[in-house]
Amino acid sequence: MMIMGWFNIYAAVYNEEHTKIIDLSQRYGKQFIWILATLVLATFVVIVDSRFYVFFAYFIYAGLMILLALVLVLGKEINGARSWFEFGNISLQPSEFAKFGTALALAGYLNNKRQELRKFNIFLPAAGIMLLPALLTALQPDMGSTIVFFAFFIVLYREGMSPFIFISGILMVILFFLTLLVDNFYLEAGLVAAATLLSWFTVKNLKAWLAGLGILIIIGGTLFTLDHYVFKTMGYELILLITIVLAGIIYAYYIYSRKALAFLVIYLFLLGTVLYVNTVDFAFNHVLKPHQKERVEIMLGFKSDPHGKGYNVNQSIISIGSGGFSGKGYLQGTQTKFKFVPAQSTDFIFCTVGEEWGFLGSLTVIGLYVFLLLRLIRLAERQRSMFSRVYGYGVVSILFTHFFINIGMSIGLVPVIGIPLPFFSYGGSSLWGFTILLFIFLRLDASRSEYLV
Amino acid sequence: MKDAFTNRKYLIITFIVLVGLALIIRLFFIQVIEETYRLSADNNVLRYVTQYPARGLIYDRNAKLIVSNQAAYDLMVVPAQTGKMDTALFCKELDITMNFFKERLRAAKNYNRKSPSIFLKQMSAETYAKFQEKIFMYPGFYVQPRTLRKYSRPVAAHLLGYISEVDEALIKKDPYYKMGDYIGKLGIEEAYEKELRGTRGVKIFMVDVFSRVKGSYADGAMDTLAVQGSDIISGIDYDLQEYGEKLMQNKTGSIVAIEPETGEILALVSAPNYDPSLLVGRIRSENFANLQADTALKPLFNRAFMASYPPGSTFKPVNGLIALQEKVIVPSTEFGCSNGYHVGSLTVACHSHSSPLNLKEAIANSCNSYFCQAYRRILENPRYGSVAEAYDKWKSYLDEFGFGKKLGTEFSNELNGILKSSAYFDSYHKKGGWKALTVISMAIGQGELGTTPLQMANMTAAIANRGYYYIPHIVRSIGNDKKIDPKFREKHVISIDSPNFEAVIQGMEAVVNGGPGGTARSVAMSDIIICGKTGTAENPFGEDHSVFIAFAPRDNPKIAIAAYVENAGFGATYAAPVASLMIEKYLKNEIAANRKWLEDRVFNLNLIDSIPELETEH
Repeated sequence: MMIMGWFNIYAAVYNEEHTKIIDLSQRYGKQFIWILATLVLATFVVIVDSRFYVFFAYFIYAGLMILLALVLVLGKEINGARSWFEFGNISLQPSEFAKFGTALALAGYLNNKRQELRKFNIFLPAAGIMLLPALLTALQPDMGSTIVFFAFFIVLYREGMSPFIFISGILMVILFFLTLLVDNFYLEAGLVAAATLLSWFTVKNLKAWLAGLGILIIIGGTLFTLDHYVFKTMGYELILLITIVLAGIIYAYYIYSRKALAFLVIYLFLLGTVLYVNTVDFAFNHVLKPHQKERVEIMLGFKSDPHGKGYNVNQSIISIGSGGFSGKGYLQGTQTKFKFVPAQSTDFIFCTVGEEWGFLGSLTVIGLYVFLLLRLIRLAERQRSMFSRVYGYGVVSILFTHFFINIGMSIGLVPVIGIPLPFFSYGGSSLWGFTILLFIFLRLDASRSEYLV
Repeated sequence: MKDAFTNRKYLIITFIVLVGLALIIRLFFIQVIEETYRLSADNNVLRYVTQYPARGLIYDRNAKLIVSNQAAYDLMVVPAQTGKMDTALFCKELDITMNFFKERLRAAKNYNRKSPSIFLKQMSAETYAKFQEKIFMYPGFYVQPRTLRKYSRPVAAHLLGYISEVDEALIKKDPYYKMGDYIGKLGIEEAYEKELRGTRGVKIFMVDVFSRVKGSYADGAMDTLAVQGSDIISGIDYDLQEYGEKLMQNKTGSIVAIEPETGEILALVSAPNYDPSLLVGRIRSENFANLQADTALKPLFNRAFMASYPPGSTFKPVNGLIALQEKVIVPSTEFGCSNGYHVGSLTVACHSHSSPLNLKEAIANSCNSYFCQAYRRILENPRYGSVAEAYDKWKSYLDEFGFGKKLGTEFSNELNGILKSSAYFDSYHKKGGWKALTVISMAIGQGELGTTPLQMANMTAAIANRGYYYIPHIVRSIGNDKKIDPKFREKHVISIDSPNFEAVIQGMEAVVNGGPGGTARSVAMSDIIICGKTGTAENPFGEDHSVFIAFAPRDNPKIAIAAYVENAGFGATYAAPVASLMIEKYLKNEIAANRKWLEDRVFNLNLIDSIPELETEH
């Protein structure tokens, strides 16, 4: 509850200050109304009995999912995404509310299903609860929100999901970027080499290991020779793929006769990653929209186009970088004041902090976020009910993802994905969304001694 | 509540802390270590607007304004800042074509995307006023006020020079200048460019992403004020200059008038000339090309110090002076003349006059024979071992008069003229292979001699001063401290004694006022004694050039003048009237009624068919 008060001031002060610079007549006023409304909302959220949330978790989730689906049909298209309901002057973004809804639903589902997430039939619905809003927001398309829903894997991990899913998820992300950065053939060759090395630790038999390597080399060499003189059209990547598959057939005998399961895992892993790399390559070149592709490319440094697609990030880094150690002073930021940074009241709000308050300001903000997140984890861990704990981790996951992606993109660490910085960015939906999200948890925490369902 | 997976929270905590650290490290790099972002930010926001100082004004010796400034507005563009705009409306408002728009924008981009280029030069005040209201609609464009020259009268173009835009070669040479700057060319504008241009200032504005000015940077603490160029007070007599140009209308030639006492140039006329306002503003380049294309009249060519003529008989006073100083004659020395000077097969012809003549009479009558014999005595002076030695002695006097070299006026393009040393004849003829008679034509100002009207005017001033001169110069004082180059205050004394000058001046007085025999008696005035000397510069291409040098009054002279009227025959016919009218105008401010006929005769003389009409901007 101590945090609550602190947070109110925190949110209020920063919102007012920074929106004031941006547009005195409109956005400041609107945001102020949003903030007042938020206070009312927060009070309401706190007054409601905590059992209400537990009981209605699924209903809230279902209602919000319907809204998410409806927005695809009835929503107003802004900047190419159909994610807004419009009521007169006010626009609402259901995806911002769907976040706490999902957290509630996940908490409700996992409540008392202790330590059973390793079971596939338990894990799957949990994943489904996350993936449904992820899918719906992806259709808008609103990549930012989609990614936020994926962040619930952090919750699942905490609640006992196999770390392999987590590790392979991270591995997939790494491989994804490597695919775009490195020539596919070298990447795949590297994977083969890694698998070969790994297999040494499982096989531990020089003869068998050399035989396996020999098989690989012979098949690969034969295919290369054939291609070089006869087909001439296969290319290295296809040769590699066929080599792995053919070698696998021969390895199958070895695996079957020796029951070498570890080796099987390594082999399947190799096959999987090679296929994944090819899929990513295909998806990147044929499925992603050009502007998304470009954003990823700019982040990876493939493209430098300071006045084109990279303009946002470039200007953002310039404005943050120009803040220096102690900043230019409140309301003295030239870059943000004169609108060099696009979307600076919403997605690029961190620029104002960076420019006007400098490194010290940035450090403070990041420090506060990290402190808040760690504090939330501590609160979550002290919950008696699993519902509250899952929900608490849900809050952590959502805030963390917003915090990391928003600031990360402002300083060019992450591709530009338009999601707001919690409690900073202009926008009523997100402010309300985060407030409800946080205050439900505070409500749950307040009644942690009570027995909840 | 603990469960089997409680420890996993530590991994999550570690992950969050690591991410926080990664963000902080990155921020530390871009905010604390890297400096370039600050510069980029300044480039985004700061617009340096040059404050062009008004160019200094130019006045005449009587504080009459000759050159002033008029406002003009250059439309500038920073290509990198341009954005969406109504191009059609833009073109309509500025009265330009779409092609012009595209062409100019491309040129600006090619020059530099991020720095301003001139998009449209010198908009009128009306266009500017209308355009300024809507300039916010055209991102990347702004107006730069400039000043253009304005001339009070359509005269003195050669003297003043003009203003033109700097070219790339000059920008490379002198980094002070930037694309689109103006610089003085020729005349006073070039000679006193540094003083006239003043000091540029800069105002730093902050602009937003749409290039809208949002206020001054650091409350103007970093701004520098433009300092107006220094005003120049010249020694020119504007009225005299105008009158001289009027006299020289429809003629080719030049007039140079100097105040002997100071060396200040009173008037410097080169005809044909042009209206200096032809070379102002947008019409400049076209008119300049037209003037340059006029190869027959060469209006841009400044004959006053860029044309070299044989001095002819106007040279005789100098030879007389040297002969006196070298003591090879005395004023009463007489030489005979039988319609010329005859030695063996050599004949230097002369007109009919009484014979023999003394120095005064010889000057008044312009006797060729007299000066041939005097010159021969100079060169065959037994004091010197050889003709060559005597020749070099003679030449040393001419050096002192400033012949054969640039006088050192403010004009960078002065001509040297021709004056050979004995070494030249030694190598032309072989050493010892030439004698006085070989170079005898120099006795009467012909042969290996070439002088500019400016040099002749300076010589006349030196004679008027009885033996010294100041380097002719246009400017009397600059700005508030009034300093000019000290070389113009330095007396150049000629090593000829002043009694010798008096003797020659008596002859020059007789040229005009000496009654019968005086070659220019027709221009004599009743109340002012003009001392002069007629001359005829031989012109192998047509009618000889009429030349007259003069100063007045005889005692305490106020004006020394050299007048050249090309293809006008004898010196007495036109150059002498021109010079005498100039003297009268300068000393008395108006032409006496009994000399109006003389003035009309000069006005009505037309030695060229027509002067092309060119458009001027007013």
